[in-house]
Amino acid sequence: MRTRVTGWCFVIAAVVLICLFYFYPMIQAFNLSLKSGVGTNLQYVGFENYKRLFTDSNFITAVTNTFIYLIVQVPIMIILALLLSVMLNSDKLRLKGLFRTAIFLPCVTSLVAYSVIFKYLFANDGLVNLLLLRLSIIDRPIGWITDPFWAKVTIILAITWRWTGYNMIFYLSALQNIDRSIYEAATIDGASAFGKFTKITVPLLKPIILFTSIMSTIGTLQLFDEVMNITKGGPGNATMSISQYIYNLSFKYTPDFGYAATVSYAIVVLIVIFSYMQFKVAGDR
Amino acid sequence: MIARRVFMYLFLGVTAFVSIFPFLWMVVSSTNPSVEVTKGRLMPGTHLFVNLSNLVEQIDLVRALANSLVIALITTGLALLIGSLAGYGFEIYRSRAKDAVFNILLLSMMIPFAALMVPLYRMFAWLSGKMPVIGIDTKAAVILPTMATAFLIFFFRQNTKMFEREMIEAGRIDGLGELGIFLRIYVPTMRTTYAAAAIITFMSSWNNYMWPLIVLQSDAKKTIPLLISNLGSSYSPDYGMIMTAIVIATLPTALVFFLMQKHFVAGMLGSVK
Repeated sequence: MRTRVTGWCFVIAAVVLICLFYFYPMIQAFNLSLKSGVGTNLQYVGFENYKRLFTDSNFITAVTNTFIYLIVQVPIMIILALLLSVMLNSDKLRLKGLFRTAIFLPCVTSLVAYSVIFKYLFANDGLVNLLLLRLSIIDRPIGWITDPFWAKVTIILAITWRWTGYNMIFYLSALQNIDRSIYEAATIDGASAFGKFTKITVPLLKPIILFTSIMSTIGTLQLFDEVMNITKGGPGNATMSISQYIYNLSFKYTPDFGYAATVSYAIVVLIVIFSYMQFKVAGDR
Repeated sequence: MIARRVFMYLFLGVTAFVSIFPFLWMVVSSTNPSVEVTKGRLMPGTHLFVNLSNLVEQIDLVRALANSLVIALITTGLALLIGSLAGYGFEIYRSRAKDAVFNILLLSMMIPFAALMVPLYRMFAWLSGKMPVIGIDTKAAVILPTMATAFLIFFFRQNTKMFEREMIEAGRIDGLGELGIFLRIYVPTMRTTYAAAAIITFMSSWNNYMWPLIVLQSDAKKTIPLLISNLGSSYSPDYGMIMTAIVIATLPTALVFFLMQKHFVAGMLGSVK
């Protein structure tokens, strides 16, 4: 009995704080999502806010943008990280440490700092355009920040730059735990490098690939710092993410906390759906 | 065979170069005047001290650094204490009820911060009226919601599995209380776990942007990411000076990384052990 009480004493602070700053706000947010009005002047409107989501063109744009980032960026990054980790794991490679450190380095920068650097690099008169022009790859500057299409490309390039090394480290540590004799046996059986990659490496890394893709999906659904600092969501709303839309609804436009809370719940629902789907897909075999 | 090796080195080389290039550009630009940066100069210049003195004169970088440092250190200290106590408690005093609570806490990892910001902001706005010291625009408001994370509890619990139970028995025989065992035996033995946890917590606090952006309003309270973000959106930017500011802001985390690379990676991987 005494140890039981002692045990609860150890965990109580964390339990109270997490309830107070995670679960209680979620209940509050739900309550809020049933109300509408400006600032603190709120009235109950039932599920009106939820209906509004489906006709709100800004919300639809934000969701579409976020999906584009998700569908294009996450697979590119994961495949790139896998390739890099397999290369870095090969025995004969020299300068291994140097390559690994260099590719991992972007992870030490803060999201805001690297976003500002990318914004300058990709400005109309920025270094990227300057170099491309000088090398005659393009004959007029690309609107990396100002064109609706290229602005999305810039955001995707930026996130990929920042997070590929991070994912790579996960795969690298998992690869080091794979028994080398499996590969040797496959080589004797005449398997090609590509065959070994798809038949041995990928299946053995499946749990960690699942973990990183869920983490990346959750991260992308929450995307904020980059769009805020590289494009401000523009041009127009071409790069606006869902998180940024919630921020705008609460702190930039005339505050509509009720509707902002409704959009928040949309993200939670999306995260749950996506995580479930990825579990299903990976759990097939 | 040779072609494949050449391709491999080429691929790794290009990726490594692309990964470091923005850093090189940032460092080089911090030594050049703004005009040279816009012209695309890639050679180091002699303008570093001019940029630095402009920075010190025009922007209160020191105050922002101090704000960030105070917030990051207090957050790290408290988060480590709360997280390790809980991780230890859930693992050592394991019971069915506690396991259920633990699983519920893990659900909080699925909640995106974007979903919390509106209710949290309203909570602190309400607190401002009752207890201004922990209300909007205070360091406490930045620290409080980030003090306990399910991730750290999980991280400590996973690592506690490797802690030898005999040491607890030995402590009890020596007459130590339960908290004494934790403080005198567990904490010193788990130094590397604490180091890894400290690095991840410090980094995420130092780099935190969204919540401080919402809750800190006066210029005097601004943290480094808020300052950098403001500089980045200025109308006629002094590139050399801004790059100098970003270099200084990145220095602490880069140092932590290079000095403690092993712990750093251990901390990251800790979540999937």
